[in-house]
Amino acid sequence: MKLTGAQALIKSLEMEGVEVMFGLPGGCILPAYDPIIDSPIRHILVRHEQGAGHMAEGYAHVTGRPGVAMVTSGPAATNLVTPLCDAYMDSVPMIAITGQVSRPAIGTDAFQECDTVGITRSVTKHNELVMDPEEIPLFVRQAFHIATTGRPGPVLLDLPKDVLQATMEWGWPTDAEVSASLPGYRPTTRGHARMIKEAARLINESRQPVLYVGGGILKARAAEALGELVELTGIHVVTTLMARGAFPDDHPLCLGMPGMHGNYTAITAMQRADLLIALGSRFDDRVTGKVGGFAPDAKIIHVDVDPAELGKVRQPDVPIVGDCRLVIVDLIEALRQLQAEEPAPDRNAWKSQISGWQETYPLHYDQAEDGEALKPQFVLETLRDSTPDDTILVSGVGQHQMWASQYWHFNHPYTWVNSGGLGTMGFSVPAAIGAKVGRPDRVVWAVDGDGCFQMTAQELVTASSERIPIKVAILNNAYLGMVRQWQEMFYDERYSEVYLSPDLPDYVKWAEAMGCVALRVESPEEVQPAIDKANEIDDRPVVIDFRTDAREKVFPMVPAGASNDDVVVHPAQVPGGERVVQ
Amino acid sequence: MANHHTVSVLVENKFGVLARVSGLFARRGYNIFSLAVAPTDDERFSRITIVVDVEQTSVEQITKQLFKLVNVVKITELSPESSVERELLLATVRASGQIRSEVIELVGVFEGAIVDVGRDSLTVMLAGAPDRLDDFEDLVRPFGIVELQRTGRVALPKLERQAPRLRSVSGKAS
Repeated sequence: MKLTGAQALIKSLEMEGVEVMFGLPGGCILPAYDPIIDSPIRHILVRHEQGAGHMAEGYAHVTGRPGVAMVTSGPAATNLVTPLCDAYMDSVPMIAITGQVSRPAIGTDAFQECDTVGITRSVTKHNELVMDPEEIPLFVRQAFHIATTGRPGPVLLDLPKDVLQATMEWGWPTDAEVSASLPGYRPTTRGHARMIKEAARLINESRQPVLYVGGGILKARAAEALGELVELTGIHVVTTLMARGAFPDDHPLCLGMPGMHGNYTAITAMQRADLLIALGSRFDDRVTGKVGGFAPDAKIIHVDVDPAELGKVRQPDVPIVGDCRLVIVDLIEALRQLQAEEPAPDRNAWKSQISGWQETYPLHYDQAEDGEALKPQFVLETLRDSTPDDTILVSGVGQHQMWASQYWHFNHPYTWVNSGGLGTMGFSVPAAIGAKVGRPDRVVWAVDGDGCFQMTAQELVTASSERIPIKVAILNNAYLGMVRQWQEMFYDERYSEVYLSPDLPDYVKWAEAMGCVALRVESPEEVQPAIDKANEIDDRPVVIDFRTDAREKVFPMVPAGASNDDVVVHPAQVPGGERVVQ
Repeated sequence: MANHHTVSVLVENKFGVLARVSGLFARRGYNIFSLAVAPTDDERFSRITIVVDVEQTSVEQITKQLFKLVNVVKITELSPESSVERELLLATVRASGQIRSEVIELVGVFEGAIVDVGRDSLTVMLAGAPDRLDDFEDLVRPFGIVELQRTGRVALPKLERQAPRLRSVSGKAS
C-alpha cells in the first residue's frame, strides 16, 4: 500500500492507540494536518505551542499513556522546548512531532528553520530527524517504545516537509524489528535477587525506617504494591511532591510531603531515620536540603529504573536497578520469608516519637480575623472539602503549589499534576486541560497563582472552544508570592520587581472574554458559595479570582542551602522565635 | 595525568551520535581531555575513545549517563594497566643546517618517520604509547616546534594471558 509520509505518520499514531493530540499547524507541518481530517484521532487546536506540550503532559500524568503534541518548525519547535524540558525533568512520557524545512533546505537558514534536534537534544530522552519516508513507521514505534519504557520521558520526531509529502510503501514493524533497531536500549526491569535479599535484611533489622517514595512509584504503576509493602512492614511513608497520591494521605502511616516546604514530621523523620528506603525518588536538592546534613545516620536502599540515579547524590548501601513495581513485589516475597524466621524489631519508641512530632508541629496557619484578607490555605481547605475525593488537582509553580500539596488530601494515585523538577510557571491551565481530556469523568481543578496564570491563560480559549470544562482557582495575592517570601525572609524585606497588582489585568473580565464563567471572591464568607457555583457548571471552564493575603508565607521552610535540621516552622508554633533548634 | 580515565564507547554509526555524546559531557560539566572516533570493523558501529579529566566517582556517573543515550551500545572503562593505548603525533620541527641531522637522529631513536621535508623544517610522525609521545615532544621542543598535532588516544583492553580453563566434559553449563 502506497501512502504519503504524512498519511504514514498519522496512521502510525493510530496504530499506537493515540486517541487525542494537541497541536497547532504551520508551514512545514501542513502535509501532516491533511490526513487528520479523515482520522479518528481528536486534534485539539491550542493557542500557543507551549500549551500543546503541557496539555500532552497533563494527559500523560493522569492516564499513564504518552501525550502527543504536534507543531510546525522553527518558532513552534522552540516554543515546545519548555514543556519538553519539563517532561524530561519529571519523567513524563510524551511524543513531540515537529515539522522541519524540506531536506534540500536544511542547513541553509531557510524560513522558519531551526536545528530542532540540536536544540532539544538535552531536554528529550531521545530525538530523531526523519530523513527517509520509509522509516516513519519504525521511528514512531521506536518513539513510543522509548517514551514509555525504562524511565519514561519525552521523545521528539522532526519531520521535513518533503518527507511528509513523499510516497512510501506502508509497513508496520514488528516488536522484534523495533528491538533490533535499538541495540543500545535495554532497560533493566527486574531487581538483582541478591540485592533484594540484602534490602529485606536491612529493612527487617531497622528500628527507625522511613519509606521515601518518589514519582517513580506512579510511573511504575506501583501504588498498589507499595500499599502491600506498607501493610506488611508497618513502615511510615513520605510522598515527595511528585508522588503525592501514591500513598493515601488519610492512612495513619502517611507522613505527607518531605523537603523544603514539607511537613515538619516528614522532614524530621527522614533526618532521624536509621534506614531510608528510596523508591523511585532521586534525592533532589529540594528534598535533601544540604546533602552533607541529610539523614546523617540512615542507611540507604535506593530503587530506581535509571541506574544513573543510584549514587548520583547519595551513595546507597543497597542499590537496586529495576522497575519499582517488580522490585517491590520481589521485596515483599523476600520479607515474608525473612519474617517467618525472624520477626522485625519493636518499633514502638520510633512510632511514639513520630506521633509526638505530629502533635507538636502540625501544618498551621492563622485564620483571617475580621476585616483581614482571605487566607489562601482557607481557600484550599474549603475547595478540598467541597470536591469529590478523586478530584484531579493541577497546580502551577510557587506558593500556591506548596499550599496545594500541603493542604489537599491526596487519597488516590494520579490525582495530582504539577511541574516539580523544572518548576514551570504557567503549567497549570494547559496541564489541567490535558488532564480533563484524559479523564473527562473526573472533576479537574487547577490551582494557580496570579503570576502563573498570566503566562498561559490564553489556553482557556482552547478549553472554551473545545468544551473542556476545567475549573481554575487563582490565588491572587498580587505578587510573585514565592519570590516575595524569599525577599522578605532573606533580602531584608527589599521587594524588588515582585508586585503584579490584584486587578490589572481584571481576571474576571479576562476569563469572560475567553468564554469562561468567572467569579470574584474577596472575603471568607464568599468562598463556599463561589466554589459550589463553580462545581455546578459542567459545560464550560470556570475561573474564580480569589483575592488572598499577600503577607502569607509557606511554612514550614528549610532555607536554601540549610540542613533539614534547621527547618523553620510557623511563628505561632514557636513562642519566642521562628527557628526550631533540635 | 593522575585524574585521567579512558572510556571506550561503542555507539551506533549514525548521524548526530557524536554530538549527543559530546553534548552530554558539556551539559553535565565533564571535561574531555581527548577524543578519537572512527567506525569499527562492523560498519553499523563506531568506537569513541574519550579521555576524561575526573575523579573516580564521577567516571561511574559519566558511564551511567552515557549509557542512557539510546545510541550507546557498550561502554568499557579502560585503566592504563589493563589496556593497550596508542596515539599518533605529527609535528613540523625546525631543522636547518647542522641541527637537521640531530632531529633526524632523534626521530630514528623513537622509531618515528619523516613524512615531509622542507628547506628549513621537517614534518615527522610518531605513533606509540601516549607517554612516549610526551617524551618525544619534550626532547624535540628545543629545536623549535612550528606546529604539532596529536590524534588523541585509542585503546583496546589487554588480552587474557592465561590459557582458558578446560570446560567440564559433562556438557552442563556452569
